[in-house]
Amino acid sequence: MTLWLVFALMTAAAIFAVLWPLSRRGETPGGSDIVVYRDQLDEIARDRAAGLIGEAEAEAAKVEVSRRLIAAADAADAVKAVSSDASLWRRRAAALAALFLLPIGVGAFYLFLGSPQMPGEPLAARMQQANQNRSIASLVSQVEAHLERNPDDARGYEVLAPVYMRMGRFADAVNARRKLLALAGESAMRQSDLGEALTAASNGIVTEEAKRAFERAVALDKDELKAAFFIGLAAEQDGDRTKAASIWRGMLEGAPADAPWVPMVKEALTRVGGTAPAIAPGPGPSTADVAAAAGMNEKDRQEMVRGMVARLADRLKENGGDVEGWQRLVRAYMVLGERDKARTAAGDAKRALASDPDKLQRIEGMIKELGLEG
Amino acid sequence: MIPELGHYALVLALALALIQAVAPMIGALYRDASLMRLARTTAIVQFLFVALSFLALTLCYVTSDFSVVNVYENSHSMMPLIYKITSTWGNHEGSMLLWVFILALFGALVAIFGGNLPATLKAHVLAVQSWIATAFYLFILLTSNPFLRQAQAPFEGRDLNPILQDMGLAIHPPLLYLGYVGFSIAFSFAIAALIEGRIDAAWARWVRPWTLAAWMALTLGIAMGSYWAYYELGWGGYWFWDPVENASLMPWLAGTALLHSAVVMEKRNALKIWTVLLAILAFSLSLIGTFLVRSGVLTSVHTFASDPSRGVFILAILVLFIGGGLTLFAWRAPMLRQGGLFAPISREGALVFNNLFLTTACLTVFVGTLYPLALEALTGEKISVGAPFFNLTFAPLFIPLLFAMPFGPLLAWKRGDLLAAAQRLMAAFGIGLVAIAATFVAQGAHAVLAPFGIGLAFFVMVGSLVDISERTGLFRVPFKVARQRAIGLPRSAWGTAVAHFGMGVTLLGIVCVTTWASERIVALKPAQTVSLDGYDLVFDGMVQRSGPNFRELAAKFTVRRGGVVIGEMAPAKRTFSSRSMSTTEAALMTRGVSQLYLSLGDTNDDGSIAVRLYHKPLVLLIWLGAVVMMLGGLLSLSDRRLRIGAPKPAKAVAKSALQPAE
Repeated sequence: MTLWLVFALMTAAAIFAVLWPLSRRGETPGGSDIVVYRDQLDEIARDRAAGLIGEAEAEAAKVEVSRRLIAAADAADAVKAVSSDASLWRRRAAALAALFLLPIGVGAFYLFLGSPQMPGEPLAARMQQANQNRSIASLVSQVEAHLERNPDDARGYEVLAPVYMRMGRFADAVNARRKLLALAGESAMRQSDLGEALTAASNGIVTEEAKRAFERAVALDKDELKAAFFIGLAAEQDGDRTKAASIWRGMLEGAPADAPWVPMVKEALTRVGGTAPAIAPGPGPSTADVAAAAGMNEKDRQEMVRGMVARLADRLKENGGDVEGWQRLVRAYMVLGERDKARTAAGDAKRALASDPDKLQRIEGMIKELGLEG
Repeated sequence: MIPELGHYALVLALALALIQAVAPMIGALYRDASLMRLARTTAIVQFLFVALSFLALTLCYVTSDFSVVNVYENSHSMMPLIYKITSTWGNHEGSMLLWVFILALFGALVAIFGGNLPATLKAHVLAVQSWIATAFYLFILLTSNPFLRQAQAPFEGRDLNPILQDMGLAIHPPLLYLGYVGFSIAFSFAIAALIEGRIDAAWARWVRPWTLAAWMALTLGIAMGSYWAYYELGWGGYWFWDPVENASLMPWLAGTALLHSAVVMEKRNALKIWTVLLAILAFSLSLIGTFLVRSGVLTSVHTFASDPSRGVFILAILVLFIGGGLTLFAWRAPMLRQGGLFAPISREGALVFNNLFLTTACLTVFVGTLYPLALEALTGEKISVGAPFFNLTFAPLFIPLLFAMPFGPLLAWKRGDLLAAAQRLMAAFGIGLVAIAATFVAQGAHAVLAPFGIGLAFFVMVGSLVDISERTGLFRVPFKVARQRAIGLPRSAWGTAVAHFGMGVTLLGIVCVTTWASERIVALKPAQTVSLDGYDLVFDGMVQRSGPNFRELAAKFTVRRGGVVIGEMAPAKRTFSSRSMSTTEAALMTRGVSQLYLSLGDTNDDGSIAVRLYHKPLVLLIWLGAVVMMLGGLLSLSDRRLRIGAPKPAKAVAKSALQPAE
């Protein structure tokens, strides 16, 4: 309500600014060039008196300025004196425009652009509100603010990183996990967490950097299962299905049957064409269940893989210099069983990398290996 | 409520600008006093609304109201208060609001202080000023609106670009805009004169103070920007011939030419059409300057296409005002009556010389800046025109200009005597030659051009003062009399001398730094020493510090000269986590007007850090010179006397010209 009242007052002030000068009558006290030339003549007299210019110069200047003065006076006579009794209708039109067009136009334009229903939200006010009704987002920003002041507090990153992952802020998650590694020291779990975040940040592709993190994690603790799984995934994405299968099979062999990750690994293993080893009996899903689950998930999984592949293809269309990317793309098509697309992609790769004989050779090597020639 | 108030005030300002753009024109056409009078109140109230709008945006920044998109994108709650305020104009939208704020300010000033203007001229000027304002209000509201809101206010802003979080850049844009927008007054006066079809010496009397004020702000603004680039970018360069810098240099060159031709017009009623053209050009270049920097067209022509509505709007504004102004000029200028005559060798002639060289210099900068853009737009080829081009074109134009500068004030109006002027400059010649010889002796022959540069600088500096010493009779009459006369001299004469002197000071700084600056780039481990030009710097080690919204890694150095500790330097690298960007903070140590400059490079694996150490002799003179030029402008501006150029009568004997006027 207050807002509209203030708007109304402001509009009134604007209208008044137009109406007030229209309401007054009489001559406008305006200067003219004649005044300037008269002043100039006075100035010459003063300068001469002060000895700033010589007698002869002063005289010459006086002649010149007088000539200008006369010309200006003639011009002023030619135009009629500024009339104050201008026709009333022009003034009325201006007044009407100010009274009606101005508020309507301004109101319409403002409503088109502005958001009068939204109150201002200065930070201080929102801080108080947030304390009563804490959302995840506001909690996150409070922890962020805390870290801004105490950038060496490892706990903060430990809290934030999983939240970031859940919120889909993968780049932030990568940063947080890097910080955590630096601040709290290296451990197998932290390394494989970093690798996971990196993988998520690049749309599920296990990048070289992520792979290094996983390998480091396994080196620190050979039972770090998450890392092992992703190393297998990296092998699959590189087209090395045998290696992937052997890694995953290794995981399953040492696993208790009721471990929650077993179905996922089995499913991955089925995807690369390996067979799951028999697992020590225990309460767990039957073989048929697993097969059904694997079959059902396969579709979703394929969907996901296709999405990843399409993104990769788009990226390569823009930035064709990434030879690993091309290799991954071609292999991905082969995994999906789309031989034609793989061949097309290989052709695209050869064109994109034509200027770099080294990379070209790698692509051609791959084409031979996969039997895609021709 | 605050952001919406600002938004509404801006729309109201637009409405008033529209009325002011039309009503006074009709009033002037029919000589209706009340319609013309309208312009005065609307200009003032319009300014109040824009001021309110600007204040509202600033308040949003101060209170970190992130429901305003613009604030969210360019501010951060942890920033120091001063940068919260300056980030108001540290972005495209906010800076455009600052632009119209200054435009409205100038409009209001003309309305308030323009009492001595003829009614029709004032009505026309304020109406034209309002055309510009209308175009800019629409541009802001439709394509660059700083008051747009978002429903879910984010908890934290994205922070201001760290390299803009600096005092230099806090003051630089407002000064620059005062200059750019100040030329809009000259433009409005020029258009008004063309519409009225009448122009005379009185016109120049009214325009000159505005032009001078704009020129002073622009001079200071450019110097400020140059100093900022010097200490913030970490390379110790003071001028890069970067398009952004050129964009501000072009209006300065045109404005300087305008300033001088306006003097001829006011004093002698000559060069009228040329002055009008320069007024149009100076503002056109200011518009181009504003948009070159703001539209992003500089980073790549393609960014223009990425936001088509904004790009097309900018193009339309440029076409409308530059094209329209020049068309009006081509149509109406021939109808203006030509003014006074003068001999080629005369004060007028000297000022024409000045104008020719300044505009040509401006043209070379224009070509060098815009040719690469045009080429990229047409053929897609990217070329860069850098310092070599400008050194080869700009410098040869400026050297004769500087050489001729001391002659100008010594020539009489209408017809001058070059020989007599040269004779009076003998002392300055002498000092220049001594400076050349002294530099040769001190330096040997390996820097051939530098001694001549130094000589020219001294010639310009001493030559600028010759006019004053001649007119006061210094060295000829007793000192007391000379002092009395110096006080009696018009401040405009002092202004000329001081401003020209400042140009010499800047030149001296440039020549010295270009020739004798020395640098060392080394990798240092703690306790190691680097020496340059007699200064020994010991690297004491690194320290971590934290600021309000950044962390910095500072390297501490102890500086010794001849074994005596003269101070400490601590260059740093700042990391701003909110944008994950880092900046280099160079450390400067000022010794007289010379500086030691130290900035950090990368840290190496073996624990050493790369440092760049520069010794910049007399470097501060470059900017001090600009300040002196500005002060000269201020002296002249404070002189409210009328300017009349008393012509030298044809019959007068040459001898009388040599005598001081008594």
